[in-house]
Amino acid sequence: MAAAPAGFWSSTRFRGVLYQVMVVAAVVALGGWLVHNTLVNLEIRGIATGFGFLAREAGFGISESWISYSPADSYARALVVGLLNTMVVSAIGIVLATVLGTVVGVARLSGNWLVGKLATLYVEALRNVPLLLQLFVWYGVLTALPGARQALHPLPGIFLSNRGLVIPSLDWSQGWLPAMEIPRLVGFNFIGGLTLSPEFAALLAGLTIYTAAFIAEIVRAGILAVPKGQTEAALSLGLSRGQILRLVVLPQALRVIIPPLTSQYLNIAKNSPLAIAIGYPDLVAVSNTAINQTGQAVEGVALVMAVFLGLSLTLSALMNWYNKRVALVTR
Amino acid sequence: MRIARTLATAIVGSVLALPALAGATLDAVKARGFVQCGVNLGLYGFSAPDDKGNWAGLDVDVCRAVAAALFGDANKVKYTPLSAQQRLPALQAGEVDLLARNTTWTLTRDTANGLDFTTPNYFDGQGFMVSRKLGVKSGKDLDGATICVLPGTTTEQNLADYFRANKMSFKPVVIEKNEELNSAFFSGRCDALSSDASQLAGIRAGQAANPDEWVILPDLISKEPLTPAVRQGDPQWTDVVRWSQYAMIYAEEKGVTSRTVSSSLKSPDPDLQRLLGVTAGNGKALGLDERWAFNIIMQVGNYGESFERNVGKESRLKLDRGLNALYTNGGLMYAMPPR
Repeated sequence: MAAAPAGFWSSTRFRGVLYQVMVVAAVVALGGWLVHNTLVNLEIRGIATGFGFLAREAGFGISESWISYSPADSYARALVVGLLNTMVVSAIGIVLATVLGTVVGVARLSGNWLVGKLATLYVEALRNVPLLLQLFVWYGVLTALPGARQALHPLPGIFLSNRGLVIPSLDWSQGWLPAMEIPRLVGFNFIGGLTLSPEFAALLAGLTIYTAAFIAEIVRAGILAVPKGQTEAALSLGLSRGQILRLVVLPQALRVIIPPLTSQYLNIAKNSPLAIAIGYPDLVAVSNTAINQTGQAVEGVALVMAVFLGLSLTLSALMNWYNKRVALVTR
Repeated sequence: MRIARTLATAIVGSVLALPALAGATLDAVKARGFVQCGVNLGLYGFSAPDDKGNWAGLDVDVCRAVAAALFGDANKVKYTPLSAQQRLPALQAGEVDLLARNTTWTLTRDTANGLDFTTPNYFDGQGFMVSRKLGVKSGKDLDGATICVLPGTTTEQNLADYFRANKMSFKPVVIEKNEELNSAFFSGRCDALSSDASQLAGIRAGQAANPDEWVILPDLISKEPLTPAVRQGDPQWTDVVRWSQYAMIYAEEKGVTSRTVSSSLKSPDPDLQRLLGVTAGNGKALGLDERWAFNIIMQVGNYGESFERNVGKESRLKLDRGLNALYTNGGLMYAMPPR
């Protein structure tokens, strides 16, 4: 019996492509059907759909904002206020956690017994307690400070109370020279100056201290990955301990450190919505209120997911670019 | 091919899982044998487990009344505790048949959110609680204050509206969990706590170390008609819940209580005979047993009994009837005639 003629359908390559196309088509069809089904059912139940609500007046207050905001502004602006709050706390958290994590990571390798043990204690205690509980602790500590009228007053113009830390600020609106704006207690609260709210401080402290414990381990692993010969060679060149760390070990360790560090940075951004438990108005907290007032949960959640995805991908892309730069150049 | 088969199964599965629509709720609940009722996670007086672990409260009594009307047994209820944010989606998606969870009847919820409201079971209003030491006498004195508020309610918007209308400023501290919010308030993070006045009374009675140190200001800044809700588009089920509530109010109007309802069966009053099913007709019209109202009053009591037991004189909240008195006593409780 003669062999069947080899048609293009019996080619492995063709079938491979065909299966992939089929799978992609099925996934797209499933996604499309889910969206369609949701829309149809929302329609049947008379639930409003679409993003028209973004232009409507928000009508609720937000405690802290980096841009001007009042309840008369739109939902879109309220969400931007929330997004900026998320980005600020994540950005500062990333910087502080990196510094603290590096210090603790180096300390774990210290020849000093006490320093090494303290660093180990820090890492083991903090990375093994859920972040949410740590946030409650920080918030509890900060709100246990004295009230506004009994505020601690260590230096002129600086007040520490359960309303936060209030410091003088510079006012540039009065002509060329900045005027010093000294906060003072008027009625219920401090007027003027810069306020660091307990909610912001608690969230920042929680995110920083928790994530630093993980970063410390990554830094330690990165340093240990640098061959001992490098240190010995540097020593024989007469470099000091500090110089060896800065000039020889850390630059090489960075290559190992950067990829897992990216995950930790993403974790900071993704853990920031826990803010809702302690009242910091981040994107998720603001969108929750918006969802509740408009009843448009599907749109609101989709928006938040898209924004977080965008944030994470951007962060990831930046870190990958940096990773390429520090990667070992093969010649 | 296995992937393709898995996908096919997933698609067929989700098609079959499409929720049932319009008109079927009463039959579905009867066939299931219990009412699935959405309630508060724990609000003393409205819905909270008592010391024996049974749910009790003014809202819980609505669930119990509907169960008594359907099954002749007020205990045939399963409770789904819901947060403020979960409650509307849970009802919309069909996870609960009935939402009795101190929910304000508003235009948006009644229309764009696909809900129908039955009739208010508590007329409330948003107020402020402050420390007595603050010496604040009215909401108008709160310019510049920091105010603790729970998200996921109409509360945040009312608060902003009130301060805008009075040209005052405030700072909200919005915390999702009740306990965290209350402890932040009691520790002095905020100058005032804003919520429905009935809730403030519950929080003060239940969580303040010394309830006398806290005052609830007399001004109410909003109307909060707390009303049970059902999904839009099933008028029969809406009727069942609404008339279960009316039966309780009507019983109070007629002076019938859980203790006297049995003897009322012999009453010559034709209105009572119709309500209690001595004269048949109402039950059939609602798709229920003719004894539906009798069972409600017997097992749950009339509205006044439910009020006093849960939030009134016999409870820790000690709330006055106020707006929730019968219309004959200057309140707003008025049952449509069951005939």
